Amino acid sequence: MELALSDVRGHSLDLRGIGHAFGATVALDEINLTVAAGELIALLGPSGCGKTTMLQIIAGFLRPSKGEVRFDGARVEHIPANRRRIGMVFQNYALFPHLTVFENVAYGLRARKRPNAEVAAKVEQMLGLAQMAAFARRLPGELSGGQQQRVALARALAIDPGLVLLDEPFSALDKNLRLDMQIEIKSLLKTFGVTSIIVTHDQEEALSMADRIVVLNKGLIEQIDSPDALYDRPASLFISSFIGHTNLLRGTVTDADRVQLDAGPEIDLGRSVQRRRGTPVTISVRPENIAFGAERPGAIPITIRATVPLGAVSVTEGVTASGEAVKISQARAAGVAKAQAGETAWLAISDVSRVSIFSTPVDDVSKH
Amino acid sequence: MPPVIPLAALFLAAFVLPLIALVAISLFRTPQFAELSLAQYLRFFSDPFSIKVLTDTLWLGAEVALATLILAYPLALVYVASGQFMRTLITFLIMLPLLTSTVVRTFAWIVILGRDGIVNSAMLSLGLWQAPARLLYTWEGMVLALTQIQLPLMALPVINSLLRLDGNLTRAAEGLGASRARIFITVILPLTLPGAIAGWLLVFAAAATAFITQTLVGGGRLILMPSYIYQQAVGVQDWPFSAALSLIFTLAVTGIVFAIGALSRRYVRGVDAA
Repeated sequence: MELALSDVRGHSLDLRGIGHAFGATVALDEINLTVAAGELIALLGPSGCGKTTMLQIIAGFLRPSKGEVRFDGARVEHIPANRRRIGMVFQNYALFPHLTVFENVAYGLRARKRPNAEVAAKVEQMLGLAQMAAFARRLPGELSGGQQQRVALARALAIDPGLVLLDEPFSALDKNLRLDMQIEIKSLLKTFGVTSIIVTHDQEEALSMADRIVVLNKGLIEQIDSPDALYDRPASLFISSFIGHTNLLRGTVTDADRVQLDAGPEIDLGRSVQRRRGTPVTISVRPENIAFGAERPGAIPITIRATVPLGAVSVTEGVTASGEAVKISQARAAGVAKAQAGETAWLAISDVSRVSIFSTPVDDVSKH
Repeated sequence: MPPVIPLAALFLAAFVLPLIALVAISLFRTPQFAELSLAQYLRFFSDPFSIKVLTDTLWLGAEVALATLILAYPLALVYVASGQFMRTLITFLIMLPLLTSTVVRTFAWIVILGRDGIVNSAMLSLGLWQAPARLLYTWEGMVLALTQIQLPLMALPVINSLLRLDGNLTRAAEGLGASRARIFITVILPLTLPGAIAGWLLVFAAAATAFITQTLVGGGRLILMPSYIYQQAVGVQDWPFSAALSLIFTLAVTGIVFAIGALSRRYVRGVDAA
């Protein structure tokens, strides 16, 4: 039985106006999302943001309180989980501990009552792709975390799913192994051309795996964008601090394109801030977008707290006159004197076009 | 004085010494304690009646254990699927038999199964039966009563292993396309087997040795090991033979318990023992 991998195409997925409440608690509110066939999407958000609820609704373990779920345009809310042809990879892999690797991968095919010869051929093919062929007779308890994950993925893909759902798939792995497995699994999913949705609270996982990232917060979609766009143009203060590291500096609009920072200087953002004068704003500057400079107008004075070498970069932490913590990330170039704790340094924003501006949330203003 | 000594002394006085006495008594040839020999054991194994009593008793234990097992799974599945209130209620109902004395529970069954009992009066007044049926003092009535009385010993370990079953395993099976029946047979049953075996052994041992219930619900016509021993010791005053009966019965029950325990440890794979 030969399977032309490139011909396997996943479902397209449409979520329209999905809402779900557990009693009085609203877990999801008006979710609209379109996923193209073969796309790899990450649902990213802190715990309690509704991402697991969303996954369970797509998988069919949960019926949404309102809204439509469509696979290839057809509604599926009434179809139970065991008829949806969805491959699931669970956080703890959920391999059947009493069955061999072979039987785990065969499970979905046996549930479909496929003939033995077909099951054997398919399982061998899947274990080959997952590089687990040598382990077919082992029990899951005898495998490492990475191996268990390969088996879990092989089991999910063996049923030729239209959609693969991965629930925090890397959280149980060692940090060293994680990036390797992310690359490996991404390439496997792409080889199959299957539509995939990864649920995660780990932004690095989302950034490294996904074609597009859906950021969820408090049951709402905050932004849907490519990893780069999300990092460079976050749509909200929440995203700017949730995706990657950032420095948040408070200030007040003084002119169409100028903000007076609480930390000292007035800075020129080179574009309209689109807010009235006197509006309290928070600007977000990535640590790698700040450099040490000379004392001159527009430079931000800080007191150095510590410098931490992190391999390729070194990160310096300081505090502004207004008490805001600032991180500066620099390539660890030779010849640059290491700033000492307690010294005063002057910071310049390297590229003002990459600074994001947000209205300061009301509860923050009061603390001002 | 190490703190274990009082307990060890109690254990010695109340368990080890009587057991030694039992072995010693069983080695006398006559009820008058004359002559040491293995005559009592030879007598047992050459007597088809005695052997039949033993196998009947073991079979009773096995049958009751199987009946509780069949009842325990649906109960445990309902329990696990229920909310907190229902769980508390079910736990209470399961524990209830343990909170009343064996004699009271057994008399309740006599009231239910008796000639003028609840079942007979109901069936007669509904016109479904023409004459009262014999329910009490039958094998089936005894199995029924013992099943109800021993159910907690089975339900609790089964519920416990079902609660420890990772919910993602059943979700994984469901996502892979398995029907509910298939999920039960291929995932839930094998993974809760240690609990079921533990419960089976507990009920087996408890039902086979349940002197009061066997005697009161089974009546004098059904002779099983506990009443046989009682009859030989108290009725016939043949202490050596009843001591031999006791030891043979004890060894048979513990032997089966250990054998099944060992087999299950050997053949139940990938499941941590309950």
